[in-house]
Amino acid sequence: MEHIRTPKVEQVKLLDRFSNKSVTGTLHLTATHLIFVESNSTSAQEIWILHHHIASVEKLSLKTNGCPLLIQCRNFRLVHFVIPRERDCHDIYSSLLRLLRPVSYDELYAFSYNPKQNDQQREEGWQLIDLAAEFERMGVPCDQWQLTDVNREYKVCKTYPRDLYVPIMASKPIIVGSSKFRSKGRFPVLTYFYQEKKAAVCRCSQPLSGFSARCLEDEHMLQAISKANHNSRYIYVMDTRPKLNALANRAAGKGYENEDNYSNIRFQFVGIENIHVMRGSLQKLLEVVGTRSLSMTDYLVGLENSGWLRHIKAIMDAAIFLAKAVTVEGASVLVHCSDGWDRTAQVCALGSLLMDPYYRTIKGFMVLIEKDWISFGHKFADRCDQLDPDPKEVSPIFTQFLECVWQLTEQFPQAFEFSEWFLIQIHEHVHSCQFGNFLGNSQRQREDLQLKERTYSLWAHLLSEKQNYLNPVYSPSFAESHPVLEPSTQAYHFKFWRNMYHQYDRSMHPRQSILKHVLTLKDSNRELEGTVQALKTVSSPQEFVQCEYISTKGSSATENGYGELMGSFGSKNEPGAVTLEFGVARMTC
Amino acid sequence: MEFAELIKTPRVDGVVLHRPFMPTVEGTLCLTGHHLILSSRQDNTEELWLLHANIDSIEKRFVGSLGTIIVKCKDLRVIQLDIPGMEECLNIASSIEALSTLDSVSLMYPFFYRPLFEVIEDGWQLFVPEEAFKDLESMVLFYPWNETTLFGLPKEDEEDNIALWSAESAFTVDEAVMMRAAQPLTGTNGRRCKEDEKLINATLCAGKRGYIIDTRTIAVAQQAKTRGGGFEQEANYPQWRRIHKAIERSNVLQDSLIKLVEACNDQSHSMDRWLSKLEASNWQSKVKEILTTACLAAQCIDREGASVLVHGTEGTDSTLQVTSLAQIILDPACRTIRGFEVLIEREWLQAGHPFQQRCAQSAYSNGKPRSEAPVFLLFLDCVWQILRQFPCSFQFNENLLIMFFEHAYASQFGTFLGNCVAERVKLQLSQKTVSLWSWVNRPQELERFLNPLYEPNNLVIWPSVAPQSLLLWEGVFLRWNRSTKCLDEACQEMVHIIEYNKELQNKVNSLRRQLAQLETEDSPLQTP
Repeated sequence: MEHIRTPKVEQVKLLDRFSNKSVTGTLHLTATHLIFVESNSTSAQEIWILHHHIASVEKLSLKTNGCPLLIQCRNFRLVHFVIPRERDCHDIYSSLLRLLRPVSYDELYAFSYNPKQNDQQREEGWQLIDLAAEFERMGVPCDQWQLTDVNREYKVCKTYPRDLYVPIMASKPIIVGSSKFRSKGRFPVLTYFYQEKKAAVCRCSQPLSGFSARCLEDEHMLQAISKANHNSRYIYVMDTRPKLNALANRAAGKGYENEDNYSNIRFQFVGIENIHVMRGSLQKLLEVVGTRSLSMTDYLVGLENSGWLRHIKAIMDAAIFLAKAVTVEGASVLVHCSDGWDRTAQVCALGSLLMDPYYRTIKGFMVLIEKDWISFGHKFADRCDQLDPDPKEVSPIFTQFLECVWQLTEQFPQAFEFSEWFLIQIHEHVHSCQFGNFLGNSQRQREDLQLKERTYSLWAHLLSEKQNYLNPVYSPSFAESHPVLEPSTQAYHFKFWRNMYHQYDRSMHPRQSILKHVLTLKDSNRELEGTVQALKTVSSPQEFVQCEYISTKGSSATENGYGELMGSFGSKNEPGAVTLEFGVARMTC
Repeated sequence: MEFAELIKTPRVDGVVLHRPFMPTVEGTLCLTGHHLILSSRQDNTEELWLLHANIDSIEKRFVGSLGTIIVKCKDLRVIQLDIPGMEECLNIASSIEALSTLDSVSLMYPFFYRPLFEVIEDGWQLFVPEEAFKDLESMVLFYPWNETTLFGLPKEDEEDNIALWSAESAFTVDEAVMMRAAQPLTGTNGRRCKEDEKLINATLCAGKRGYIIDTRTIAVAQQAKTRGGGFEQEANYPQWRRIHKAIERSNVLQDSLIKLVEACNDQSHSMDRWLSKLEASNWQSKVKEILTTACLAAQCIDREGASVLVHGTEGTDSTLQVTSLAQIILDPACRTIRGFEVLIEREWLQAGHPFQQRCAQSAYSNGKPRSEAPVFLLFLDCVWQILRQFPCSFQFNENLLIMFFEHAYASQFGTFLGNCVAERVKLQLSQKTVSLWSWVNRPQELERFLNPLYEPNNLVIWPSVAPQSLLLWEGVFLRWNRSTKCLDEACQEMVHIIEYNKELQNKVNSLRRQLAQLETEDSPLQTP
């Protein structure tokens, strides 16, 4: 609170990003949010911006009508205020500068956020996702794969979880030896098991091979992975980096596997660019689509020059390669990049989603994120800029994963239980720091922070409002006909994700939403089914005496239901001013 | 009959047909005067019936004695026929070439087509211009000249082809009108025409303003003066303000379509290549351009209550795109199937869009373009963009738009033959051919074109014209390049949900009625 000098400024103008429109209202600054309340009483809109969502604040030079303040958010919202008095503007500006750079974890919103749940409810929220149960679902442990306790104390690898699955043949000395030969000690471990062919997807970091170094334990480790699968004589080693990058790493004593030293491996580069390239690419993309009065030519040229969709396609291509190797050839695959927490997470997670329909459900998708991203140590804190950060560590790696999933939902509209609003909401909370799930860089750090005791789980929150994220045309039977998704990689299938990157720019979107319309109808169908049932009971003559009681009670209830239904039809949004459906307009606080 | 001379080999056995995303079919190929037919002679396999008029161009290839003909259609489909025997293949190819490029209109299929359905409602009688303007209150004033011009009898040295349309009183209190015309013939020495000035100025009451939207840049309009054309001098039309809003001329459009289709057919899977080719085709820019101008025209009418006069050079291409789209934005009636048909009839057919010239060739033409241009297709694309943005506000779906595209280029119906009303009268189309409307408006056909999400909406619908909001019309341009099975099934599921909802509501209503009845019948018994 001591950072807030001016908690309230009136007569502030909010300018629309793409038109000349503006509205006037009052700006409030709280310990957690910046709030704008429109003065117009009839349609007063409120904008709540969480401090953690603010990526940058910029004070532009003074104009005749006041002092412009430009705020850019990580959820791609951009707001442009004009504050009448320069002093107020400066106060808000300097307060925000301090507030959006928390210096310790304790300052993060998650530690003060309280959804009015008791301890038991909170605990239950954290128990929703159970990774041991997930490995069991895949069929692990089994005769070839076992749970190892080698990392119970985070002694072998600080950034891995405690529980790791390795081949039966991989003894502790092999594991430890291999871990010493891998960047950050991230030795090969199981992440997905394709039961049908007993093929495994394993992940690790790059080997410290330099120009000629070898490690017998590491070679044994790969052999053990290979031997654990009787269906194939070889395993694939996918280095998800461009070959040039891998070569350059050799000079630093790192690098990639030499095929001569490892028996029966098929080595493959995939060519996904590094975090710095991805960061630059998104920046270019946002610059282009943020331009006012953008021409079609500049848009398409900008889209191409940003390279964003090319990167998305590269990740998708890699995941398809992985899924094919496992499901068609029945081969096990070892995936790595440099440290094995960015590109490796993208490819493993997306590949698993292609292979396993479970990950296309709401619960399954949570499990997938929990497994491949959170537990295996994707550095959310660094990548998403949670604490006063190193700007060179920030990168939209997870955003790219979500986008790849969205691209898939476009090609397979019936394959996913969730709609894009689920993906967008997850993205929102990866940056909000409102829930504990994505805080920190590794499991170990999360334990140190006692997140399970001191914060709430996002998954419980999302499940409680599940109906908002459902895909109305989802068909569970689609999984039977398409257990493995085989997306087309024709370039024209990759589209700009408008609802993500222009989430808050209402004027850009279709004014009527098919998704919302069909969701409403589905809800109403459920209600009507109930009504029909109730009415049928009432109108069957033989139970008439008993009915009298039900009929008054039942009919009033159903009338209520029907009335609500009529209401929801009647109040259908007018096309001129339809809001984004679950446009995540404000955070619960 | 002339056709027989053109058909050197009427049938070949053992021909193999390849189509994208469909199993290959082996069968007998037959050529008739108007169709290319391939039949496997088995009951359950589909036959191919292709109108020669739909064939845009062909390519021949030979490997040994096996010939291959690649047939590229105006609806953008590409099929391949493997024909055993060099001579047969050459004969078939040259026959197709001759039959698909017949010069004489009267040899076209619509003159030979006999409908297999009973014509209940004759489409030729459907849209009488006077009817369309019936609602117009200010009719009395305009009627005299309106009648002559609507029937396409231009006066030589004046503006030709003036038509008007009134914004419905439902959304403008003050009557505003939208008119279209060709350029005035001012020439280099600034000729004036008293009658023209009187006419245009007379549309505005005292104190009202109007906008003239010229679909050319000021430079192009200036240039037109040297050829006797030009634009309105503001001094002579004091209540009007002129705005120049450039829309690409029709001759450039053909090239744009060819490039776009080429990009869509590129199999290289390279992201950069796709985006740069899409950009280079310029097609999406044109969509944006036209929509923007249409929105501007609609805005003048709706927001300012001003009248609008739209013209380019001839008033038969870009002008029509703008006026018809503006009406879709403003007038809910144009978003119904009937209303859309009326719009096409009035704003395109009767307005004299030269369909036959513009649609003579499509994206695969290799010859030098004469007056071909996808002006109408571009209009349909713009309608599709608005439909995408307001999916519940149209009574029809995408299929209707695609169907109009197909029939504008090749059809068994006479509707799109000829270049203007006068030509159509001369060809006696209404006596000798069947109207497209006779077929479309049959309940059996209409079903395919109905939008299940439709809920009538009387508001003006303002589309976003930001490039991020405009999409590639995949239903046309990627139609033959991708499998739509997953998308179609999802769409079916959606229809199912909607229909189920209606069914349930009916059930609830009837149960309620039953219950009410029961209660009135039984209530005396309950109170003994």
